[in-house]
Amino acid sequence: MSSLRSHDRELITQHSALITMLSDVERAEIEEELLHYPDKQAGCVEALKVVQRHRGWVSDESLKSVAALLGMTSEELDSVATFYNLIFRKPVGRHVIFLCDSISCWVCGYDIMRKGLQNRLGISMGETTPDGRFTLLPIVCLGACDRAPTMMVDDDLHEDLTTEKVDRVLEQYP
Amino acid sequence: MERPLTHNIKPRAEPLWLAEYEKAGGYESVRKALRTMTPEEVQKLVTESTLRGRGGAGFPTGKKWSFVPMGADAPRPKYLVVNADEMEPGTFKDRLLLEGDPHQMIESMIVSAYAIQADVGYIFLRMEYGIAAARLRKAIKEARAKGYLGRNLLGSDFSFEIYLHTSAGRYICGEETALLNALEGKRAIPRAKPPFPQVVGLWGKPTIVQNVETLCNIPHIITHGVEWYRRLSRGKDGGTKIYGVSGNVKRPGAWELPMGTSIRELLEEHAGGMKDGFAFRGLLPGGASTAMLVEEHLDLPMDFESIPQGGSRMGTGTMIVLDDHTCPVGFAQNLEHFFAQESCGWCTPCWEGLSWTERILQSLEDGQGRMDEIDVLTMHTKLLAPGRTFCALAPGAMDPLQSLLKYCRADFERHIHEKRCPWRDEPNGADGARTWPVSSSMIVPTR
Repeated sequence: MSSLRSHDRELITQHSALITMLSDVERAEIEEELLHYPDKQAGCVEALKVVQRHRGWVSDESLKSVAALLGMTSEELDSVATFYNLIFRKPVGRHVIFLCDSISCWVCGYDIMRKGLQNRLGISMGETTPDGRFTLLPIVCLGACDRAPTMMVDDDLHEDLTTEKVDRVLEQYP
Repeated sequence: MERPLTHNIKPRAEPLWLAEYEKAGGYESVRKALRTMTPEEVQKLVTESTLRGRGGAGFPTGKKWSFVPMGADAPRPKYLVVNADEMEPGTFKDRLLLEGDPHQMIESMIVSAYAIQADVGYIFLRMEYGIAAARLRKAIKEARAKGYLGRNLLGSDFSFEIYLHTSAGRYICGEETALLNALEGKRAIPRAKPPFPQVVGLWGKPTIVQNVETLCNIPHIITHGVEWYRRLSRGKDGGTKIYGVSGNVKRPGAWELPMGTSIRELLEEHAGGMKDGFAFRGLLPGGASTAMLVEEHLDLPMDFESIPQGGSRMGTGTMIVLDDHTCPVGFAQNLEHFFAQESCGWCTPCWEGLSWTERILQSLEDGQGRMDEIDVLTMHTKLLAPGRTFCALAPGAMDPLQSLLKYCRADFERHIHEKRCPWRDEPNGADGARTWPVSSSMIVPTR
């Protein structure tokens, strides 16, 4: 019995250690989101996004910490995290370029933008530049089809792209 | 011409915040409904308005609401969820409403929640719509401070709270039952129906999931009445519709127009016709999951009743134009790539069928296709038909494919006979991008 209790105590200690790996700010932001839902699991996507905002991506350690905070197993949380294309389970560059590859942008010159970006950055889709500045990813329709082709860089939408405009946009993200 | 949904929206300008919004007649429907109408009376107006869902399926809104358990014995809490996960390729109408008039969204939710006696509302917003998120947060805050949200609204016994949920991608989240799983923090796979969400929805409670544009109609119906609302339309279904056109047309855009405006009027008057040097070949009338229409269908009114006469659906009402410089096989490949990628992986016909469809189209586009592969594609359009998969994603993927095989069959065959994409020197042909009319000084040849 006593050994079981000590095992429990050890688990509780591990559990609190995991939670304290999150910063106070991260924990406060997550707690704020959790107020919106009747159970903690419902806040898990928002929680992962809080961590991603602060750290750029969601490492295994971060994932375990969020799981501990929400009372989920890390496997359970990872099954949700890996479902979403905008939760990054691998490190990304300082800036992420999301180039829309859906139908209206494709009709209006997506391929030229893709080739331009790949050549300019020297990387393929899904890769990060060696200096860690940009990660290049495809994204589905950005809902700005009347201004195709489009891309997002971090949180900003850029529309009516031409190769010159893409060049100018990249300069805004050091 | 009246534009109730967009009359407050000025392109590229800040939306109306609370004081101005109220001055423009905002929150009138909430005062009217809560002070002078029962929830049943609000529901009755919505049913009589003939409003149909603008998210793509066109289900009558009043009928949808009628399945929600009402009265003292109804399970609580009840939920109202706004589907603001706009991700149907070629669709750009809800963004306009969310960014352009966030208070209209909040007002729509309050009055709709009153009708079904919902306690809590969630706006399920795609992560990429950051401007919409910021504006909705501000509008919710303003509405709460003014007493439009919270306990005992306007002194009534009705209480309602709204929360914004921002998601993290994946098209399947727009499927209403997958959306509920996503909101509960689970993998966003669809649920079996029945039970329908109206009865067993979010956390097992009665839930209405409704598209942004659909809900934005409700305050105007309540404020101005059914007669007025039905007169906005040129056809049987009431109201206006936000139509859009994208592709190689002169003036791509979105416009609020009478429901039932013809395709030709949209294409030629509002979108200005094809760009110089481009000829029309066809269009998907309402997003990537709608079957292609061609020249002979251009005089059809864009409404839920008429578009099926051409073998398609109105869908989201935002059309994508296929032109003669774009390879139809490449066009199909792009669409099926999207659906294959966005399949949630839950049912085998969908994830297996769509990935094979995509691969076959790629080999055709690369000039490596065989004639019998056209039959394999045709077979897939039947094997992934409605009823054979868990949800509507795969059948939606097959609609454009079967129509492209029908109207552009000669183009598919040419790829096989010539062992190449005939458009390959065009920007949208296999390995193209050599003759596109934009400057390409940045492109350095790699080979």
